[in-house]
Amino acid sequence: MKAVLLLVVSALTSAVAQDRSPGIDFVQQIQPVFEKNCYGCHGAKAQLGGLRLDSKKLAFAGGQSGPAIVAGNAEKSPLYQRIAGIGDQARMPMGGKPLEASQIAAIRDWINQGAFWPDGVGVQNAEIKKHWAFVPPKRPALPAVRNRSWPRNPIDYFILARLEKEGLMPAPQADKVTLLRRLSLDLIGLPPTIAEVEAFLNDKSHNAYEKQVERLLASPHYGERWARHWLDAARYADSDGFEKDKPRWVWFYRDWVISALNRDMPYDRFLIEQLAGDLLPNATQQQRVATGFLRNSMINEEGGIDPEQFRMEAMFDRMDAIGKSILGLTIQCGQCHNHKYDPLTQEDYYRMFAFLNNSHEAAIAVYTEDEERKRQQVLEQIRQIERDLQQRKPDWEAAMAAWEEKVRHNQPRWIVLKPEVDDISTGGQKYLLQEDLSLLAAGYAPTKHKAKFTLRTDQKRITALRLDLLNDPNLPLGGPGRSIKGTGALTEIEIEAAPAGDDSDPRKVKIVQATASVNPPEKELEPIFFDKSKNRRVTGPIAFAIDGDDNTAWGIDIGPVRRNQPQNAVFVFEKPVENPNGTVLTVYLSQRHGGWNSDDNQNHNLGRIRLSITDDDRAAADPVPAQVREILAIPRAQRTAAQQQAVFSYWRTSVPEWAEANQRVEELWRQHPEGTSQLVLQERETPRPTHILVRGDFLKPGKRVEPGTPAFLHPMPAGAPRNRLGFAQWITDRNSPTTARAMVNRIWQSYFGAGLVQTSEDLGKQSEPPSHPELLDWLAVEFMDQGWSMKHLHRLIVTSATYQQSSKVSRELLERDPFNRLLARGPRFRVEGEIVRDIALAASGLLNPKIGGPSVYAPAPDFLFLPPASYGPKQWHEETGENRYRRALYTFRYRSVPYPMLQAFDTPNGDMACVRRSRSNTPLQALTTLNEPLFLEAARALALKTVREGGPTDAERLEYAFRRCLARKPEPRESAELLGLLRRQAERFRSGEADPAGLVEKAPTGVDAAELGGWVAVSRVLLNLDETITKE
Amino acid sequence: MKDPKTVSRRWFIEECAIGLGAMALSQLLGTARAATADPLAPKRPHHPPKAKNVIFLFMAGAPSHLELFDHKPQLAKFDGTLPPAELLKGYRAAFINPNSKLLGPRYRFVRAGKSGVEISELLPHTAQIVDEIAIIKSMVTDAFNHAPGQLLMNTGSQQFGRPSMGAWVTYGLGSESKDLPAFVVFSSGKKGPSGGSSCWGSGFLPTVYQGVQFRSSGDPVLYLSNPKGVDNQLQRDSLDSIQRLNQMHLERTGDPEIATRINSFEMAFRMQTSAPELMDLSKEPKQILELYGAEPGKPSFANNCLLARRLVERGVRFVQLYHEAWDQHQNLVKDLATNCRDTDRASAALVLDLKQRGLLDETLVIWGGEFGRTPMVQGGSDGRDHHPNAFTMWLAGGGVKAGLVLGESDELGFNVARDKVHVHDLHATILHLLGFDHVKLTYRFQGRDFRLTDVHGNVVEKLLA
Repeated sequence: MKAVLLLVVSALTSAVAQDRSPGIDFVQQIQPVFEKNCYGCHGAKAQLGGLRLDSKKLAFAGGQSGPAIVAGNAEKSPLYQRIAGIGDQARMPMGGKPLEASQIAAIRDWINQGAFWPDGVGVQNAEIKKHWAFVPPKRPALPAVRNRSWPRNPIDYFILARLEKEGLMPAPQADKVTLLRRLSLDLIGLPPTIAEVEAFLNDKSHNAYEKQVERLLASPHYGERWARHWLDAARYADSDGFEKDKPRWVWFYRDWVISALNRDMPYDRFLIEQLAGDLLPNATQQQRVATGFLRNSMINEEGGIDPEQFRMEAMFDRMDAIGKSILGLTIQCGQCHNHKYDPLTQEDYYRMFAFLNNSHEAAIAVYTEDEERKRQQVLEQIRQIERDLQQRKPDWEAAMAAWEEKVRHNQPRWIVLKPEVDDISTGGQKYLLQEDLSLLAAGYAPTKHKAKFTLRTDQKRITALRLDLLNDPNLPLGGPGRSIKGTGALTEIEIEAAPAGDDSDPRKVKIVQATASVNPPEKELEPIFFDKSKNRRVTGPIAFAIDGDDNTAWGIDIGPVRRNQPQNAVFVFEKPVENPNGTVLTVYLSQRHGGWNSDDNQNHNLGRIRLSITDDDRAAADPVPAQVREILAIPRAQRTAAQQQAVFSYWRTSVPEWAEANQRVEELWRQHPEGTSQLVLQERETPRPTHILVRGDFLKPGKRVEPGTPAFLHPMPAGAPRNRLGFAQWITDRNSPTTARAMVNRIWQSYFGAGLVQTSEDLGKQSEPPSHPELLDWLAVEFMDQGWSMKHLHRLIVTSATYQQSSKVSRELLERDPFNRLLARGPRFRVEGEIVRDIALAASGLLNPKIGGPSVYAPAPDFLFLPPASYGPKQWHEETGENRYRRALYTFRYRSVPYPMLQAFDTPNGDMACVRRSRSNTPLQALTTLNEPLFLEAARALALKTVREGGPTDAERLEYAFRRCLARKPEPRESAELLGLLRRQAERFRSGEADPAGLVEKAPTGVDAAELGGWVAVSRVLLNLDETITKE
Repeated sequence: MKDPKTVSRRWFIEECAIGLGAMALSQLLGTARAATADPLAPKRPHHPPKAKNVIFLFMAGAPSHLELFDHKPQLAKFDGTLPPAELLKGYRAAFINPNSKLLGPRYRFVRAGKSGVEISELLPHTAQIVDEIAIIKSMVTDAFNHAPGQLLMNTGSQQFGRPSMGAWVTYGLGSESKDLPAFVVFSSGKKGPSGGSSCWGSGFLPTVYQGVQFRSSGDPVLYLSNPKGVDNQLQRDSLDSIQRLNQMHLERTGDPEIATRINSFEMAFRMQTSAPELMDLSKEPKQILELYGAEPGKPSFANNCLLARRLVERGVRFVQLYHEAWDQHQNLVKDLATNCRDTDRASAALVLDLKQRGLLDETLVIWGGEFGRTPMVQGGSDGRDHHPNAFTMWLAGGGVKAGLVLGESDELGFNVARDKVHVHDLHATILHLLGFDHVKLTYRFQGRDFRLTDVHGNVVEKLLA
């Protein structure tokens, strides 16, 4: 009744709205509603969405998504839509009860009547303040300080000015030994050796400290130490995540980061290569590897998933990683709606998303420097042989042209059919239909399945079926198979036929002849495809696909590079299938040559297939490779030299008199290195459209958007392309307000325990205000002015007086500044998990300092990697050789089963970008350093080293062991404590009260087991001290 | 509250005086108390709680509601026919073509309890406790793949990176155990959970709140035992030396973090004694072992249930038992029987045992998986696919209305017909029982106040006693 009445009233009032007579009184009826319900978020305190409703000027100016009030038209006014709950945006007031119907009606009428807001009503001169982090930083002047002698560089002026304001004094400089250990842990993540400490102590020159800084910045371990920081942000892990969590090959990316940092690659370049290295002109392998940054997202290959859903999840993850680790902004809100606090709209989000949404999820073969040298050598030798052939046969071009004419039209007419997939038969693998009617295998990869496809045709006569195995950038190494090498195997093909319209009684079609473009010799399956059966399982020529034997399969693995080429096979029917009204063909592709564990990389499936038929009676596989066929279609005059050479490379194999040379080429190919797989991005040729996803749901695409950047940030640089590369150039533009600040802040954070902005993952409006805003801006500008050099930044920080302060803290200061945000003392906190391990390895002398290479399986309990602890059985071949003692950075990282020692010490598992670690202090950490096997090994090794190299007396030995762990020498009472322990334990071992055998394992000849046991006890205590795992 | 990421376990100051010049120490540290709050100190929730502890029996893989709790005679009637087309509109299935034939329940149902609740013949022990539990037949979720489904059920989000329910609860309530972790996880069954360690992770919460995986045999906690060659005397002597040296350094530097380290080591040492004692089931009376079907030394879901009770008795806040075995795409008939044999007795025993000890009132027991299974068949006649639209869970104790059957699905068990309970609603209700307003239990990260229920969730009032 009320509603009807309101309608009538509204009809009446809108009729009189024309003469602007104010039916609804703003001051009486509207403003109080705004005040009560809206000002909280859209008033003086906050302006969510950039909207302020307490000021006439700003209310009509609207927010970041445009004007909120369209005077005279409530239906078109977002303000009305949002309070009335019209459209798919969240209803206002957000998180509160909807307005009363009468209030909504009043606002509607007020707008319809012209939204008359009397001048002078509301807040005058109100403004929407631009958040500091959205304005590009400018270099501030150094503040004045009273104590002019303390500052060593500009950083110190900012710190001291604040301390003086607070009435605090900086701490004295730390002693040299403490300082060198701090510096060494910070710059390379390893403690200094005794010799390094001695050298520093003996260096009385005025720049002794600076020399140490340069030494450490030049150390290759610098790259390792700081790579780990970036790898947290890059959510690096060695496995896919989700249920299967299969191993992946991305360590080339990890090594790229180490190397880039060691070379002090400018940070802007560092970002451009990671975001768009593949799009740089003549992109190198390393630049393509760098795009692994974006590929560090998880991959879900759980049975029955929709691959597009999880591609989108990966896209969201990439956006989050860019937001958190590069922009220092929270952008993932935009996935579902406009940012509540920052002026980022949902459309902004999807416009940035559109830059990234145009890539293939590729895995390419990459080569180490040695491998690349070898590879170039092989290819050059092949080229040389081909040049020789061409020289020996000057008329080769004519001969090749004649051959071309012969083969150009020698293929039957093939009709490609659109296959229907039987969902159950695929064992959970998805076959995604492509534009060329081929099917791309994706999602879960069962190691054994028999896929069933139905083909419908109105062709009256069918003599043969052709199976094409095609490349696809989304397959490992481009396919055409799904194994980790991009190979696949066809165990068996079976075909049934039935007349169209009546497929109730399909008849088996007998295949009498099978031919293929490649027929490798019979070869036993590689160990990775072992299925725990006793059968001798082989791959070989195409005949294996029709022999009715599940142990034999057609294989395509003819060695590196060449195994990743398209192939085809043709199956000729005993009798043509003839049905006057067309035929329903059922094709079964049995793929049973994978291994026993579908939760590992053991599939051997075909990756992308296409099926076609012919009525030609002489059908056979086309020996001419597909890529050569493509060139043949180009008129000779228009071909490039490389294309012509590719044709030659195939044609020469068909020239009988060149058999010997061809054989030599074959042998050379066998020397081609295997390389390693690496996940990268590869741009698509045809852009993929991007839509705003309603509430972030990939099944609900909304408005289509084009690539672009948010209006509240700086514009795209002039001339930047509208692609990922242009996006990267925008991010690293000098005018970017957050890129430099975010990085400077994080580097500061790792030195001092907290960033200048504590919320280092978010510099937006909701962030904690910076402790030293001018310093942050000064550093950001300095960073950019010095060519984005990270080493310059490190040098600046560690040579400041601020950094060099002693970390001792008085009660008063602790009370005054418990978290050391004012920096009236030096930083003191427990080192990161990786460094906890590295310190033990370094102190004990076990450390293998090798840089880079595949991740290693450090000691860990087996059961963790087996059900029911882990979802599936996982590989963990505990290292027994020198890889056992690599730095923790190289420990293999399964996302679903984090390495326990590192997990106990707060190391993130790579689920998502992490720019600020927790730092906990728990009993589980104590259990780890006390009892974990590698820590005991370290204690044992340190003891042995001490006995052998520490000197003749216990006191000397103790000093030696102590300094290896803590750099400094023990105080007398510390010595007394430890020597007491030594004597007590040695005595227990000597007296037979305890057996040292377990502790020392095997004492070398000439070393007393009881004594060594005592030293193991001492070493173990040293490795467990708080100070040992702390940056003092 | 202060950002606990930079704080550590410093309850030492309040709790511990382990003979290390404690007086001087507390004087030294007393002033820094504000900075050194223990993130695991017991905390009071928003309102008086009904439940103090939670035991979540997570039936990973997703049990079939249609064979276990949700009897659908109409499904039997339409067995072998295609489902109505309108049901399938917009429906996505993981493996099957949704337009697959309906499959009638493969097991019979019996009536149990005072109210005559229908329950599967496979669950004779659960049938004995139906008057103690509240069965929700109207659960819905958003995910239909295991890892995302398990994450949603545990963290309120299908995406990785959010804290798990156990982490939220521990963050909100702290720990009442001094020598055991606050949040303990066990795993049994054929596999581990699909969501991996993220199911009990701390997400963006400080890592002290993450679940600690226990094993039901061997060392319950990794690196609990002294390593080879270290006897108890050596361990104690070593610890004393460590503590004394740390103490000296504390006096030298004044950093209260060292006091926390001292306490962590002492607690680790205590855990070395308390954890094996906890795990030693051999001292449990025979009738208790029989009640659960537990056998000391033989890892099983039953042992884990008994251990869960022992943990709760010792003040552990949140115990989660994963039993991953319920993914019956095939062998539905045989495997359901096996799984029920492995879990039914112990699940019921846990409720009975808690009750007889007076612990059920303050302990919330939750039973269920990440989603349900399709009324449509997968394969011939012996499998069901993943199904998010309707499934069953049960709760017991901790302020839950005993003997309640909440909600119902439609005649085919396909959609919820009445009293829909979304996972977010379940979370809101669990937090409510623990004394929290789920909207107010938040943690600020990336400029936003996050919560377990994200922007969703309503307390299911009907479930409350």
